[in-house]
This record gives sequence, structure tokens and C-alpha cells, in this order.
Amino acid sequence: MSESVAEVDTHAHDHPSDLEYVKVALVLAVITAVEVFTYFESILDWGAFLVPSLLAMMVVKFWLVVRMFMHLKNDEPVLSRFFAGGLALAVVVYIIALLAFNFWG
Amino acid sequence: MAATMTDGPVETHDHDPHATNTGISNTKLAMWLFLSTECLLFGGLISTYLLYKTRGNGTTLPTDIFDILFTSVSSFVLLASSLTMVLALSAAVRGDMPRTKVWLMVTALLGAVFVGGQVYEFTTFYREGLGYTTNPAASAFYTLTGFHGVHVSLGILMLMSLYVAASQGRLTARHHETVEIVGLYWHFVDVVWIFIFTVIYLIPAE
Repeated sequence: MSESVAEVDTHAHDHPSDLEYVKVALVLAVITAVEVFTYFESILDWGAFLVPSLLAMMVVKFWLVVRMFMHLKNDEPVLSRFFAGGLALAVVVYIIALLAFNFWG
Repeated sequence: MAATMTDGPVETHDHDPHATNTGISNTKLAMWLFLSTECLLFGGLISTYLLYKTRGNGTTLPTDIFDILFTSVSSFVLLASSLTMVLALSAAVRGDMPRTKVWLMVTALLGAVFVGGQVYEFTTFYREGLGYTTNPAASAFYTLTGFHGVHVSLGILMLMSLYVAASQGRLTARHHETVEIVGLYWHFVDVVWIFIFTVIYLIPAE
């Protein structure tokens, strides 16, 4: 084997324990419950905080799933860069598209 | 000796004959690249819905007939399936193949419940007068959620394939990376739903 070729490391990279997975799932469930709660404005008026709050909770859920369940927290950084690259490209392209179609205008 | 269902944790270094420049297996790298491109696919579908969501041409809009409670239950089901998926992987890494099979089956069943809920939702919407071509908002909504449903369905097929392979002894503890790669796809489908649930269902239309 060439010295420049590293051995494939298919071994699990210190994956979280089952208990940690359950804890993450519980946090996700609680956040989802809060999200659903915001829908019923008659109970509590979120006002101008509604959309930013929903987007913040969405980002936290996304981050938890990708970091913990998809193991980007413990995997090689190059995988995070690949995914972040695609996600960033999608966000930039479609924000430009929405701007071009005057979505916020 | 070939690994059996009772094998303990496996050091795959000794088994994998392949090597790459990155030290990461090609299949795992390919899956992450694929998921990266999927961001563009679903980004396009979500953006299209956002642009068309108020274009009802005087007919029923999807936002008029959303059943948030029902969709919330579906969301919890999909979140639960992500948990069972990582538990399947965890069991596979430990070499506990019987438990891996159980969690794979539970994950597939939860996915099937989600897809069944989506079929019920589509049927209800259709009966309430929202067909695919009723208006641009309906077309964008059905295309987006339909594409997601197809992804979930493909994920169920992958899970069932793993289950069958494990039952036939072709998926053993040394193949836990295969379970991980299918899991990556499954979690991505869950992540996409996290976006759809918030942006499409919960954020109110203007």
C-alpha cells in the first residue's frame, strides 16, 4: 500500500451511547411540541417573535440531528465541509432566487 | 471465521481490504456528497412553494386546509424513527444483530406510518377540492411533499433490504457501515421534514 494512501477507517468514531441518543430525541420532541404550541395563537400571542422563534427552533433541531444522529460531531471534518458546502450553496442560490422574484418585496 | 450474529464489537480495520486517500470509505463519502446535492433539490422545491403559496386563483389554498395536529403527529413519528435508526446502528456496532434487526424493522414501520399519514392527508385534501392542478400553490405543495414522501418510501425499501440481508446472514456485524450509510439517508429525510414542517406548515401564510 502506498504511504500516501491511508487505511480506510470504517470503525465507528466514538458514537454516542444509547442513553445520549434517547436524550437527544427527547430534546427534539420537546422542541417540536413547543413549535406546535406556537401554532395556537389563541393560547399565547407570540407576535413578532413567532417566525424568528420557529426558525431558531428549526435550526436547533437540524443541528442536533446532523451533529448527533448523523455523527458529524465525531466524524472526519471533511464530511461536515461537504455537507455544509451543499447546504450553503442551496441557501445562497435560493435566497437569490427568492430575491429575484421579489418574495420579500 | 466469518462474523456471525453473535459476534461482539468488530474492528473493521482488519476486514476492509479497501483504502482511500482520505481515510474515509468511498461509499460513505459518496452518500454525503449525494446528500449535499439533495439540499439543492429540496431547496428548489421549498423555494418554489414559497413563491406560489398564495397563488390560489380564487380556489382553495393548501394553507386553508392544513391539519396541524395531524401533521404534528406525523412529525413526531418521523422523529421517533430517527431515534430507532441510531439504535439500530448502535446495536450493529456492538455486534448485536438480532437487536439491529428489531430496530431496523421498527424504523421501517414508523416510516410506513408516516407515508400512510401523507397518503391520508393527500386524499383528504383532494376530497376538499385541492387537486394537483387546482392552482399553482397546490401543485407546488404536492410536488414538494410528494418528493419527500418518495424519499421516505425509498428509505423504507433500503431498511427492508437491510432487514432481509440480516435475516439471511448476509449483513453481519462487520458490515455496520452499511447500516450507518442507510441511516445517513434516513436522518437526512428527517432533516428535510424538519424544514418542511416549520416553513410550510407552521409559519403562517401572509
